[in-house]
Order: sequence, then C-alpha cells, then structure tokens
Amino acid sequence: MDLLNFTIDNLALLGTLTMEHISLVALAVGLAILTGVPIGILITQNERIAKVVLYVASIIITIPSIALFGLMIPLLSTIGHGIGYVPAVITVLLYSQLPIIRNTYTAIHNVEPSLREAARGIGMTPFQRLKMVEIPLAIPVIMAGVRTAVVMNIGVMAIAAYIGAGGLGVFISRGISQSDPRQLIVGAIAVSLLAIITDYGLIRLQKRLTPPGLTAAR
Amino acid sequence: MIKIDKLTKIFETPNGPVTAADHIEMEVPSGEICVLLGPSGCGKTTTLKMVNRIIPATSGKIYLGGEDTSGMDTVTLRRNIGYVIQQIGLFPNMTISENIAVVPKLLGWDKARYMTRAKELLEMVALDPSIFLNRYPNELSGGQQQRIGVARALAADPPVMLMDEPFGAIDPINREVIQDEFLKMQQELNKTIMFVSHDIDEAVKMADRIAIFRDGHLVQYDTPDDLLAHPKDDFVKNFVGDDRALKRLRLVTAESVMQTTFAYVKPNDTLAEALTKIDAYGYRDAVILVNDLHQPIGYVPKATAINMKGYCGEHYVGLKTIARTTDDLRKVASKMFTHDIVWMPCVDENGRLVGEVTQRGITHYLGATYQRDTSPSQPQPLHQAKEAS
Amino acid sequence: MTNQLKQTYYFVLLACVFALGVYLQGAGTIDDFLYYQEDIVYLTVQHIELVLLSGGLAILIAIPVGVLLSRPRFQKVAESAMQVLNVGTTIPTLAILALAMSFLGIGTVPAVFGLTIASLLPIVRNTYIGLKEVPAHLKEAASGIGMTELQMLFQVEIPNALFVIFAGIRTALAVNVGTVPLAFLIGGGGLGELIFTGIDLDEPIMMLAGAIPTAMLAIAIDSVVGAVSYVTVPKGCNPIRARQ
Repeated sequence: MDLLNFTIDNLALLGTLTMEHISLVALAVGLAILTGVPIGILITQNERIAKVVLYVASIIITIPSIALFGLMIPLLSTIGHGIGYVPAVITVLLYSQLPIIRNTYTAIHNVEPSLREAARGIGMTPFQRLKMVEIPLAIPVIMAGVRTAVVMNIGVMAIAAYIGAGGLGVFISRGISQSDPRQLIVGAIAVSLLAIITDYGLIRLQKRLTPPGLTAAR
Repeated sequence: MIKIDKLTKIFETPNGPVTAADHIEMEVPSGEICVLLGPSGCGKTTTLKMVNRIIPATSGKIYLGGEDTSGMDTVTLRRNIGYVIQQIGLFPNMTISENIAVVPKLLGWDKARYMTRAKELLEMVALDPSIFLNRYPNELSGGQQQRIGVARALAADPPVMLMDEPFGAIDPINREVIQDEFLKMQQELNKTIMFVSHDIDEAVKMADRIAIFRDGHLVQYDTPDDLLAHPKDDFVKNFVGDDRALKRLRLVTAESVMQTTFAYVKPNDTLAEALTKIDAYGYRDAVILVNDLHQPIGYVPKATAINMKGYCGEHYVGLKTIARTTDDLRKVASKMFTHDIVWMPCVDENGRLVGEVTQRGITHYLGATYQRDTSPSQPQPLHQAKEAS
Repeated sequence: MTNQLKQTYYFVLLACVFALGVYLQGAGTIDDFLYYQEDIVYLTVQHIELVLLSGGLAILIAIPVGVLLSRPRFQKVAESAMQVLNVGTTIPTLAILALAMSFLGIGTVPAVFGLTIASLLPIVRNTYIGLKEVPAHLKEAASGIGMTELQMLFQVEIPNALFVIFAGIRTALAVNVGTVPLAFLIGGGGLGELIFTGIDLDEPIMMLAGAIPTAMLAIAIDSVVGAVSYVTVPKGCNPIRARQ
C-alpha cells in the first residue's frame, strides 16, 4: 500500500524521469547506430583492421560503466561537462559500439560468397550490392545488435544518475542514500520494466524489419 | 562470338605463383554451347570466370562479338552476360519476380516492362507465374530455384551466357529434366553459352563443342563426337572413359544410320511374292509388312513364306518395337537389348516406314569414324546386316 | 612490411605512454595517486574477493541448474524457465542490487546475493542451450554403445557443450565485474568506494584511483576466463581453435 501511494504521489516525477531515461538512451544509441553501422561495413574491407577495431570495442565494453564514467569525468571537465548527461551519453555511445559494429561486420561478412558472386556476375556495382543485397540481409542481425545495446544501456543509464545524468536511476540513488525502500523498489521496478518492455518492442521491430524471404518457410 | 586469346591467369599464393590458366585459345561460335570440362583444379572455372571478370585475367584478351572486352567497363560487360552458378545465388531478401527483374531494373526498365518480362521468363522455364511471382526463394525446391537462376540470367536477353556447373547441385532425376528443358529453350534462344561441367555425360548431352582442360591447359577442343572418337592423348582417353563408344550412341540419331534401300510386302501380297523378295534381297529371316498407310505392322518370317500358302496379311507376326528417325542410338540399342533383336523398322513422324536400323549398321557407323577415311553416311546393304541374326 | 608497421605502432605507443608519464609526473598527479596506494590495495583485494565469491557461487549453482533443466523430465519446466531467464537478463544490475538491499538490508550479504543472482542467468541459459544443442546423433551413438545417463552426460554432452557453457561464464563474469563497483553502494565494499566517493567529493584523482584499477581488473579477469576456456574446451569442439 505504502508503495502504491508513493507511486501515485510521484507519478509525474516517474513520468519525467522515464522520459528522460528513454531520450538519453535513444540519443546515445541513435548516435551509436550512425557511427557503428558504417564502421561495421567499412571494416569488412580489411580483416586486420576489423580485428583491431573489434578488439578495442570489446575492451571498452569490458570496463565497468562506473569506472568509465570515472575515467571520463576528468577528461570532460576540461570542456566543462565533467558530470551530467554528456559523459553518460558518451559512455553509452561507446558501449553500444561493440554489439552494433560486431553484428554489422559479422552479418555482412557472412553473406554467402555465392550471393556476392551472383551479384557481381549480374553487374551490380559495389554500392548496389551493399544496398540491394548485403544490407537487407544484414538488417535482422544489425537490429539484434541494436537491441543488445539498448537493453544493456538502459541499465548503464540508471547508474549514470550518480554522475548527475538524471533518469530513473535517480529513484534508486535517492533510495539508497535515504535508506528509503519505497524509492528503491519503485526505481528498480521501473527501470526493469522499461528494459523488459523495450526489449520486447525491439524484438517485434526486428521481426518486422526482417525481409519476408528470410523467414518464410516452405 | 566469344573469342579467347592467350588468356592466362597466375595466382600468387604463399607457396609461390600458380598458373591456373595458361595461354588459353578458343572460340565459341554464335549460338553454340561450349562445355569446359576437366577434373577439379584444371582451370576450367577460372577460364569461365575471367570472361566476366569475376576473376581478373593476368594477361590475354577476350572478344565478344569481335569487340575487345578489355576496354569495356566491368559493370556494363557483366550486364551483357548472363551468369548462372552452381549455388544459384538467388537473393533471399527478394521475391522471385524481384530476383528475375533485378538486372532489367538496374538497366532502368520501367516497372510494367520488367514485370511482363518476369512473367514471360517464368513461363519459359515452365513455372506458373501466378503461383511463383511473389514467392521467396526459400519456398522453392532446388530444381525450381535453379530454373529461376536461369531465368534471372536471361532477363535482359544477353547474347552470351556463362554457366558454372549450373545443374551440379540438383538431384540426378531432376537434372535430366532441367537439362532437357534448357536444351529446348536454347533451340529458340540461340544464346552463345560457355558451360563448366565435370560430368562427361552432361557435356556430351549439352555441348556443341567440348573443351577439355588439364592443369591450366586446354588439351582438346572438339565436337563431342570427334572428342569421343578421337581422344587426343591418354589423359583425354581416360577422362572420357572406357565406354566412350557407348557415349557416342547418344550423339547419333537413327536417321543417320538407317538403311533406306530395303524390301517390304503388303497384306495382299502372296507368301510366294514375299519369299521372292526375301531371296532377292538375301534376307535370312524375314521381310517387313506395311499397311495401306505405309506404316509397319509386322513381319513375315522366311519359314512361313516357304511352308505356308496364302496372303501375307494372314500370316504375319506382330512387331515388338520400332525406332523413330529422331531417336538417338542409345535408345535404339536399348530397345534391341530389351527385345533381343538385331534390327527394327524405322519410321518418320507420321509412323510411315522410311528405313531399317540394324545392329551391324550401328556398329559399323561407330567403327567407321575411327578410320576417318571411311564415309559414315553410306549405309551397309541390308542383306549383309541381316546375316548377323 | 607488416612487421615494420607493428614496430612503428609499438614505438608510437611507448612514446605516448612515456610522454604521459612525464606530463603526469610534472603535474604531480602520480604523487597524488600514490597517496591512495594503501586504499587501492586493500579495496582491490576486497573487490576480487567479491568477484570470486559471487562468481564462484553463481557457477556452482547455475551449472547444475542448467544441467537439470536440460534433462528430458524437466522439459516442460525448462521452456518457461528459459523465458523467465531471458526476461531476467534484461533487468539492469543496479535494479537487482537495489532490490537485494531493500529486502536484505546493507552489507556484504545482500551485495554477494545480488551479484550472484545477476551472474546466474547467463550461465544457466548457456548451460541449458549448450547441452540441448549437442547433436542428437552423438547422444544416440553414446546410448548405443551402452553408456549410462551419467556417463553420457560427463563424457559426451558436457565436453561438447563446454564451449557454449564457457561463453556463458565469460558473459556472467563480465556482468559480475561490471557490477561489483556498485556493491559499494549497498555496503559491499570494493573499488567502487574510491570512485563514488571521488565523484561525491569532486576529487578526480581519487576517482581515477578507483576507476583505473577497476577497468584493468575487469580486462584482466576477462582475459583470464578467455584463456581458461581456450585451454579447457576440447580441441575437437572448440570453434576458435578449429579455425587454425
């Protein structure tokens, strides 16, 4: 009951923080798609560069988010954005690179050689090949990468409340510092639901974006 | 139409350069199917793929219709060459109609035109457009997919087609069917086709000319019949197989070995007349009986003609089988084995008697080409042939 | 050519590190950093203890659970359990810790509990999937030559699923190591103490004293798990080694 009353009393704040959370993750992952997909496509051209890029991205993702914030704050304070949403967005942007680059690279790299040969033999230019064959085939896999990035970073963004980025983590951080289980539970459940619902929505989106020929069964 | 001049490919490998094709010289005349044949790694596929630059040539030239292709832009070149590969390579993200129309679309055709074309091609490859146009490749069987692959290659009506083991992944029964369909199509389309195969039977069936490759060299380039009759060296002899004479049976029709001078009787001829004819032609066994339409219906055995009296129409034995002029000798020989006979009447498309095919005639025809001076077109006199029985 | 390039890379890298060192020494940062040396050592040990304890518990619990779920008699339960697990993995770790705290209070116990729960899910899931994906013909062959169920499990199924299981362990430990700094928030200790306190006090050096070891520890643990799985998984069913 206590919990319910608290939720109703703070519904407006809950809404604001949820929107904040969503827009920060969306902004960061959106930027990550804009950088990650082209990088993923480009590195299919050179296996050695691909290895290096993927290795660097996998190192970045291994670093715990709070440590990455910690590393970023002194760097960004030099331009006056040490804390707040900037380091949070940049961190999420960096974290999203691995799933997006890796999935883009793998999907395009794994397009069957015979399809590529057929496309060449037909007289498609490399760009036409990319646009008409390789990217359409890679989209489900790229989308899976985006989904991983989004879900993971909803969690990261919750931690970013500690560096003043806002979002649903605010409830949790206040709940911890004030030893208030109500805020703690509401925050935890809200951020969990957000992650679960988003994941489900993105699965649906992924299915819709998959070319029908890849799913249709005989 | 396709002329290849000193075409060479050297691959740089970690173990040093490997010559995959060494100064290949050949010419495929317009409207013919040329099969490149050989064991794996012999350079046949490399040679084929150099024509549309899937593999860039190290040196040498390729001419299409007299024009040197080295000056042509790669994309333009490829759009003028149909390309079919063993893995088919239909784009799974596109429907069947989109797959077929992909080249016309790239060439900037309007929608109505390429849709009409897609339907036309589906009909040509014997698939119902109303069923297949909007299907996706993974809903089709292997054989159906390969038909679409051929249709896609034909979409922009290129004069030249390259086919890399196009029917290799299809089960043997369907392969025969698709080969037959393809040959029928080719009779109308008259494309100039280069076709890679590792299967001598397929090559003999499909080819106007066969090019045998070994270790990057073109060993022999001949018509299937010449190749089978006169293999140039032991390698070719081994490759075409011990049964190469039998393979030739497929290349010859009954018409070219049948004997056109022969005796026959009609139903109201008397048995005495039949006996006279049998003796006059030196037949040992029998004489053919035809009806009023000149269609063979049976034969009158010599014993009957000697021992009985009456008309041929009352004392004849029914025919077990007949050959058509268009049957190949394999079929004719197969009929002979099945019915344990050494000769049979040969009829035209109306079923009218036009000649006789004999085992001796076939043997002689096949044997004659081994001594090139003997003309194969002169049939043996019928009486000699009959002696064998 | 490639060797030359590599040497150039290393040289440039070394030069950068050296320049950075000179700069930091000049600015006095290194001395400031050394001020936290004792804290770093103490907290790093605590940090590693948390990882080992919660990670170890997670492995000990998750693998048997995964094995059990993959047995035919639990087939029905397993399907729904997997769906719950899939949803579970999307729950942010901070939320798991927050929930652990709201029910168990503050201290090492809720921290270890939360961390264990967060690390369990990937291992259970991969154990289950790995065992389920062992080709049926292998199992058929195994039972055909008269192996008991247990023999089949240990001699055929687990070795063939080991690569997938290890992938799960690696993911789990990455999640774990990424979450351990947060354990400080609910009184679990570890290097998070330096980071969070540094942020609160606006002390960049203190923050870095926590962040740099945390990052290095995470990378080190990931490499160790990677190396262990490389060596442990039988060569015949290890896709990474098979490629060579």
